[in-house]
Amino acid sequence: MQFYDKKQTLHFKNVSFVSGFTLAGPKEKQGKLGSTFDLTLEDDKFGEKTFEKAERKMFEYAVSGAIAKANLQPNDIDTIIGGDLLNQIVSVSFAAKKFKSSFLGLYNACGTYVESLIIGSFLTEFFNKNVLCVSGSHFSTAERQYRYPLELGVLRSPVTQWTATGVGASILQRHSDGCPKIVSATIGRVVDFGIMDVNNMGAAMAPAAKDTFTQYFIDTGKKPSDFDMIATGDLGKLGKEILIDLMEREGYDFNNNYIDCGAELFYEKQKTYMGGSGAACSALVTNGWLYNNLKKGNIKNLLLVGTGALMSPTTSFQGESIPAIAHLVEIEMGQKES
Amino acid sequence: MKPKTEFSEITIENYKDYVFEKSPRSAHWKNMFWAFLVGGLICAFGQVLIELYIIWGVKAELASSLASATLIALAAIFTGVGVYDKLGRFAGAGSTVPITGFSNAMVAPAIEFRSEGLIYGLGAKMFLIAGPVVVNGVLVSVVVALIRSLFLGVG
Repeated sequence: MQFYDKKQTLHFKNVSFVSGFTLAGPKEKQGKLGSTFDLTLEDDKFGEKTFEKAERKMFEYAVSGAIAKANLQPNDIDTIIGGDLLNQIVSVSFAAKKFKSSFLGLYNACGTYVESLIIGSFLTEFFNKNVLCVSGSHFSTAERQYRYPLELGVLRSPVTQWTATGVGASILQRHSDGCPKIVSATIGRVVDFGIMDVNNMGAAMAPAAKDTFTQYFIDTGKKPSDFDMIATGDLGKLGKEILIDLMEREGYDFNNNYIDCGAELFYEKQKTYMGGSGAACSALVTNGWLYNNLKKGNIKNLLLVGTGALMSPTTSFQGESIPAIAHLVEIEMGQKES
Repeated sequence: MKPKTEFSEITIENYKDYVFEKSPRSAHWKNMFWAFLVGGLICAFGQVLIELYIIWGVKAELASSLASATLIALAAIFTGVGVYDKLGRFAGAGSTVPITGFSNAMVAPAIEFRSEGLIYGLGAKMFLIAGPVVVNGVLVSVVVALIRSLFLGVG
């Protein structure tokens, strides 16, 4: 059993979230949030020869896009932090070649985006002026690495999710007025509840999300109703339902203001079954739809939890269960100082 | 239908059962229907091909080999143009089990890994899906042949 005997929540004073840029694939464009993306692709090869090259190019465009959107120059970015789903996180590392900033590569599977925000917040709070956090995934590169070749005719399990194609990039800046602020973060721990089915990621990750949420609520004394919105990265429809139940058993009501980014991304008719997944999910929804609403003041405070399943095809074939992680950030729309 | 179990407490031990209760089930009847229909149609089409080859003057034995080759070629083409995976999405075993499924299992990785070159990509990964089928098929046939020769003698 998990015990919440020491505080894991950290607080920041100076971290402003000044810009968010999203680049999404064609299927995401046709999805529910299609109109919220800054740039969408007609062709998921992005004019490149391979899907891997396309994913790299997506990272380059998203990084440049976020910099331009914040009215900065590439030289203004002190550090780029990010990750993707490919082995040895090649997409983001190769894309970082094009920029002169310091670079940290991260991997926490689909929880990478929130992980990058947390580390970015540390750097911004104490050392850097501008930090860029980026995370993304591509359906076709992830599918061949984790599952089957694209053209293989297989029946998909009804609990599967669909790896989203896209990249989301955020710029954190020290002290900037009129922008959302990252005010606290809870770094999650690895939780394994023994799920073996690699199709059922939502169920594998839900206990990790529960652990981090519970830790945060105990640390801060806040409750779910204190927030305009609570969002998880990619638990999908089933994982979302499980998390609501798990939280209720801990005494927290998640029925009113809780969404899952993966479950929001696609329409039912797009046949993604439990919804979207992948490192792109939370990055796309946060930098697009959620950020716009924060900026407009429709959402005053937001709890965002990025969830990641930390298995590899090798560990799965060797019969290991799926360990999972969840990281939390609290984002608040600061009062406009007049 | 089994009545739903109530979980008064969720622990690492009972979490798997809890998830199983919550998860949507595969639509077995629907899947079986489509598998039966599509699988049956592919096989019936194979039979039509055999009859056609015979009408065109091919010997019966050669006609069935030709029909198989035609099915394999067609499945390879349909895989290449991106249709076979859509068929497999709902037909399941109906499009996997016939010889066309084997063709799909060879061609799909060949296309996919072409980007890593002809040797380490296409050449090495072509048997990714079909390889285990071939290995186990050969193994089982040896075992069956051994059993047969035990009872019926060699020859």
